[in-house]
Amino acid sequence: MTLATYFDYVIFPILALAVMISFIRLYKGPNVVDRIIALDLIITIGIGTVTAYSIRSGQGLFLDVAMIFALIAFLGTIALSFYLYKSKQS
Amino acid sequence: MDVFIGIISTIGAVVILIAAIGILRMPDFYLRMSVTVKAATLGVGIFLLCAAMVFPYTEVPFKALAIIFFLLLTSPVSAHMIGRRAFRANIALWKYTWIDDLEDKYTYKRKYTQSTEKPAEEEKE
Repeated sequence: MTLATYFDYVIFPILALAVMISFIRLYKGPNVVDRIIALDLIITIGIGTVTAYSIRSGQGLFLDVAMIFALIAFLGTIALSFYLYKSKQS
Repeated sequence: MDVFIGIISTIGAVVILIAAIGILRMPDFYLRMSVTVKAATLGVGIFLLCAAMVFPYTEVPFKALAIIFFLLLTSPVSAHMIGRRAFRANIALWKYTWIDDLEDKYTYKRKYTQSTEKPAEEEKE
């Protein structure tokens, strides 16, 4: 069993299951903040998935995508909390 | 070397799965937020260290270390901002929360969750 086969049959299904469980919380979440942290967790798992695909396919260039994902996750969470702050004021 | 990479990345994937189960099962917004910050960042960091070990003599380890540094820098900041905003907006605390430093200083009624499940024994003491 090579490393690529192991990643295809074990690592990627575990990550896909984690994303599905997070989507349940995104659907159910009682408040807006629950949905925001569920989105944050989904993007973080997305960074892990891109890295795992980079290891599996032997292409190191995919880590640029992971870097952009990290940037977007931070900016999105900050922007949404600022939006909550502004909407609570008015 | 392949076996070593497989074992380490399995640990990372299981940690990420534990984070996802935690965000589904935790009773409270604040406990869910702690899961998102700690466990998911640890799992992704383990994956990035794996990538840095797979491609040793390229530009990949620098990129991986930069992403780890960026994640460790930004995830506590965003969690602090969203947690502060949730606490000010009176999002419900867990019913069995027993440390609340601002307990006497509210000018409004603090909300708590209405779950009926008992906490474990060692959390009560």
